[in-house]
Amino acid sequence: MTDAHTNGSSDVTTTVLGADEIILNMGPQHPSTHGVLRVKLKLDGERVVDSECIIGYLHRGVEKIAEHRSYTQFAPYVDRMDYVAAVSNGLGYCEAVEKLLNAEAPPRARVVRTILTELQRIASHLLWLGTHALDIGALTPVFYCFREREEILKIFEKYCGARLTTHAFRIGGLQYETYDGFEEEVKRFCQDFAQKIDEYETLLTENRIWVGRTKGVGILSAADAIALGVTGPVLRASGVKWDLRKAMPYAAYDQYEFEIPTRQTGDTYDRYLVRMEEMRQSRRICLQAVENIPIGPIMAKVGKVLKPPRGEVYHSIEAPKGELGYYIVSDGTTQPYRVRVRPPSFINLQAFDKMARGSLVADVVAIIGTIDIVLGEVDR
Amino acid sequence: MTHSIPPSILPHVLPVVYALVIVAVLPLLAGYIVLLERKVMADMQARLGPMRVGPHGLLQPIADAVKLLLKEDIIPEDADRLMFYVAPLVSVTMALLAYAAMPFGPAFQIADLNVGLLFILAVSSLGIYGIVLGGWASNSHYSLLGALRSAAQLVSYETAAGLGLVSALLLAGSLSMKEIVQAQADQGVWFILVAPIGFFVYLVGSIAETNRAPFDLPEAESELVAGYMTEYSGFRWSLYFLAEYANMIIVAGIATTLFLGGWLRPFPRFHDHLFGTSVELLDALPSLIFLGIGLYCFRLTPRQPVQIQKLVMAAVGGLCLMLAGAMAAALFAPPTVMQGVHGGFWFMAKVMAYLYAFLWIRFTFPRYRFDQLMRLGWRFLIPLALVNVIGVGTAIVLQQQWGWNPRFAELVTLAATIGVAVWLASENEKPAAAVLTADGE
Repeated sequence: MTDAHTNGSSDVTTTVLGADEIILNMGPQHPSTHGVLRVKLKLDGERVVDSECIIGYLHRGVEKIAEHRSYTQFAPYVDRMDYVAAVSNGLGYCEAVEKLLNAEAPPRARVVRTILTELQRIASHLLWLGTHALDIGALTPVFYCFREREEILKIFEKYCGARLTTHAFRIGGLQYETYDGFEEEVKRFCQDFAQKIDEYETLLTENRIWVGRTKGVGILSAADAIALGVTGPVLRASGVKWDLRKAMPYAAYDQYEFEIPTRQTGDTYDRYLVRMEEMRQSRRICLQAVENIPIGPIMAKVGKVLKPPRGEVYHSIEAPKGELGYYIVSDGTTQPYRVRVRPPSFINLQAFDKMARGSLVADVVAIIGTIDIVLGEVDR
Repeated sequence: MTHSIPPSILPHVLPVVYALVIVAVLPLLAGYIVLLERKVMADMQARLGPMRVGPHGLLQPIADAVKLLLKEDIIPEDADRLMFYVAPLVSVTMALLAYAAMPFGPAFQIADLNVGLLFILAVSSLGIYGIVLGGWASNSHYSLLGALRSAAQLVSYETAAGLGLVSALLLAGSLSMKEIVQAQADQGVWFILVAPIGFFVYLVGSIAETNRAPFDLPEAESELVAGYMTEYSGFRWSLYFLAEYANMIIVAGIATTLFLGGWLRPFPRFHDHLFGTSVELLDALPSLIFLGIGLYCFRLTPRQPVQIQKLVMAAVGGLCLMLAGAMAAALFAPPTVMQGVHGGFWFMAKVMAYLYAFLWIRFTFPRYRFDQLMRLGWRFLIPLALVNVIGVGTAIVLQQQWGWNPRFAELVTLAATIGVAVWLASENEKPAAAVLTADGE
């Protein structure tokens, strides 16, 4: 082999044959970068020496659009950031504007919001689980996950007419009353769902290959996680018990009992277990909430034209992927002066390099999957 | 006929006919195995699978083949053109060549080589050149990584799979595929029952050798897009595809021949007769199976939504009835014909069962990582296969030299081998953890 490019000196041989690293561009067109993420990997063999995430391929200027829309008009746009968890996005935005208006949604609206948001969390986690397993090579769980997710989407569709970008809530409460049989359907879903989670777990949790592919992969220590601003299940899997639903309760979360699952190692396996447990807890919240939805109005009196006073507000919620925050500056007109979104995917993605360095190419897809990013939200 | 063909050529006519049949039927068979795979996958994943092209997607493979043939043949600008042309041909030629020594039935074999097994293994491992060359010639990082993975994986797993086969060879005492089956007929036992560990090692090794999940790292879709096939399209791609499925049938055929009794009927000592006739129940089973499938097709025919689908379904039903008739007619033909036809049926049935195990594993397990794959191969399968060879050898010595009861000798050595396997597995747990922490630092 060595004779091909050499001309004498052995030093030349090594440089020409190259123990150099190769640069591998994963994406923006790649089956497992979950959209149009481009990851530039510097590889030594199959080991990742350095990595760089290049984003912006899906930039739509959502924040800029907000400056030219009224508060109400902008509400559907937020659904298109994290489009697999549109309900959560809507909740965050509506509550932020309500805070700006000094209004508060009536109790009934808050409970319904909680139910739908928790269902959305389950749906989002199901999508994560399916695609994550698919990335690691398990072909079957994704279909099981979609089967259950479909039930949730059907509930959304019946409630507000849309399945994905739902625009389920309005500033001040809800536009739609719940449909007849809403409670029963949610309850039936939650009851059936318990054994479905167990079914996924029998496929994966103790599967030797799954454990081998996820345990010890992409370890993120608690200190690193905090330093990088990581939130959501990724943070909790590193052992930090921080969940905005408990820390700064919003909607109706203060009324329900639920645990915040945490793990200590902060590897891909722990993040998997945390999210699985979160689905169980969401189910628990939904079951408690549908039992007792208060009767009453669903809209607060906020007026037809929203004109918040001058000022600024930051409101954040625990979206399925982490802390989703809205920073809104009002100049007293009907249109926001500035809307800044703190998207969990974007900030969690910063931890990618920390997790991926020193791992193998095969781990890179596992790590991208475990961060649970949606490029619509990363790029906005 | 005998007038027109000189007697000196006559012995060569039948093999040529067989070869033509195999080359003609194999692509079709591969296509239908793909359909089967998609249907099995759909069944395991709570969906229907292909349903549009033909009734229950029965014409899907043909539609796919036509699509692939008509697709544009793209060659990357920086590719090594000659190698890019040659590589898929190498793969598919080697895969087809291996069929030369594969006994589909007592008579249906192109050439009964006395080193048949060695020939098949040698030729089918040459097929790796196609993968490595294709990956290299594409001049793409994904392809290159896929090719390199493939080379490393095949070298390691061929060793394990080959050692797994040695246990069956020891029992048969021959490398000729035909004699191996004959040995199982003479000893009255399939070698899977005598050397289950050898079968297990070969099963795992053969999955890895054919690049199937969970060992499909050379073409790991979520990591390397399509591995060594990334830059290929159209007909060249379908050649790789054909080679892959041909190789699957080859490894299934090897396993069938060495461990599952080849073309032999299961339960040779079971002689119950069918409804008082002189036909044995198990001999009648093939035609009964086809009869059942045919009748089921006719039952489904009126339910097909479109006229043409009704026709196709009825045609499939008719085909099954014809096969049932042929199987039944063979029962009353001379014994050689009967054995030939039914032998072919049982051989293909076992091959299909083996392939079903492939599919089942594929849809259940996630993919191994490269280092884990290597660790499994070198630190578990190869030592286990070696111990198994010693075990089987000991059992043979015990019964031949010391006059032990053969079953007892086999049980004792099997228990010892399983003990070693458990020990190996537990030993592998510990270093694995150590390696991981060392990597993490």
